[in-house]
Amino acid sequence: MRLQYPTNIKIIQLPCSGRVDILHILKSFEDGADGVYVAGCMEGDCHFLTGNLKARRKVNYVKTVLAALGVEPERVEMFNMSSAEGPRFAQVAREFTAKIKELGPSPVKQAKAA
Amino acid sequence: MIVGDSKPLEEILEMIQGKEKVLVLGCRGCVTVCNVGGEKEVGILATLLRIARKKAGLAPSIEERTLERQCDPEYIEELAEVAEGYDAIISIACGVGPQFMSERFPKVPVYPGINTTFIGGALEHGVWGERCQSCGNCLVHNFGGLCPIARCSKSLMNGPCGGSANKKCEISPDVDCIWHLIVEKMDAMGRLKELERVWPVKNWITSRDGGPRKRVREDLKQ
Ligand code: SF4
Ligand code: SF4
Repeated sequence: MRLQYPTNIKIIQLPCSGRVDILHILKSFEDGADGVYVAGCMEGDCHFLTGNLKARRKVNYVKTVLAALGVEPERVEMFNMSSAEGPRFAQVAREFTAKIKELGPSPVKQAKAA
Repeated sequence: MIVGDSKPLEEILEMIQGKEKVLVLGCRGCVTVCNVGGEKEVGILATLLRIARKKAGLAPSIEERTLERQCDPEYIEELAEVAEGYDAIISIACGVGPQFMSERFPKVPVYPGINTTFIGGALEHGVWGERCQSCGNCLVHNFGGLCPIARCSKSLMNGPCGGSANKKCEISPDVDCIWHLIVEKMDAMGRLKELERVWPVKNWITSRDGGPRKRVREDLKQ
């Protein structure tokens, strides 16, 4: 399958979405990322039982703290997809990129450039 | 352990407004165990504060450090050379931390980054419950090992009160009536009769009512 997805996305591979760390996500924003999303397996299908559920809770936490800082919480999301769903991966990548484009550059980066 | 909660970010941001060089200071004691003030949380808070500063177009000079403990002068001393170089220090140890820090470094404004809430333990990962109010005269063995001071909303020594219903305390359906549990436990242990003992009013002198407490161990003092 040769599927197109936006080239601006930098993929960081983890053994399980449950391994994603609040600090990793925040560091991305500190370093100027416009958006971050976590792609985990379908709920109920986690090889380690609850990794993807924990990832979602961490993403929700990051949403709250970003909001407290006045950064749009929509800049971080959690998506569930199965590893057999290549087209869905590409679709999510396109949709999330479109949404972030709509939001514009991260206010963190903008201030840095100023 | 001593359990705490992070303060709202807005409150912390207000504390350090106009303070350029800031240190977020963690502690490897209780607050590390209850995931609120250890190295990890120092990293998270410092990163958030840097994001806020960058967003405001300010220099993000927020540094991170975690001491072995903030309730022992020997560890606080590790900051002797550097403390006065900061415009603000946010201590995310229990309430002892900011106090020991400001006693040792009177010129540096020290702010509490967490709210110290209670003495308790982990009920499950991410959930903690209150267990002790440091009354200074432990009596839990008389109540099946369950503390009526810390865990009864009215700190009743002769309970339950009339509000106990369906095992729950009258203040909220989410709070167990500890007196219900005490009776159940003593019954299961075949010790129900012991609860017939009427306890006189507790002497609160050993608790906070006797004023701030201090403990001197002559055998250890140097
Ligand atoms: S009786 Fe006093 S010392 Fe013992 S657990 Fe209760 S509050 Fe703490
Ligand atoms: S209902 Fe139980 S726990 Fe609540 S105040 Fe009464 S005796 Fe104490």
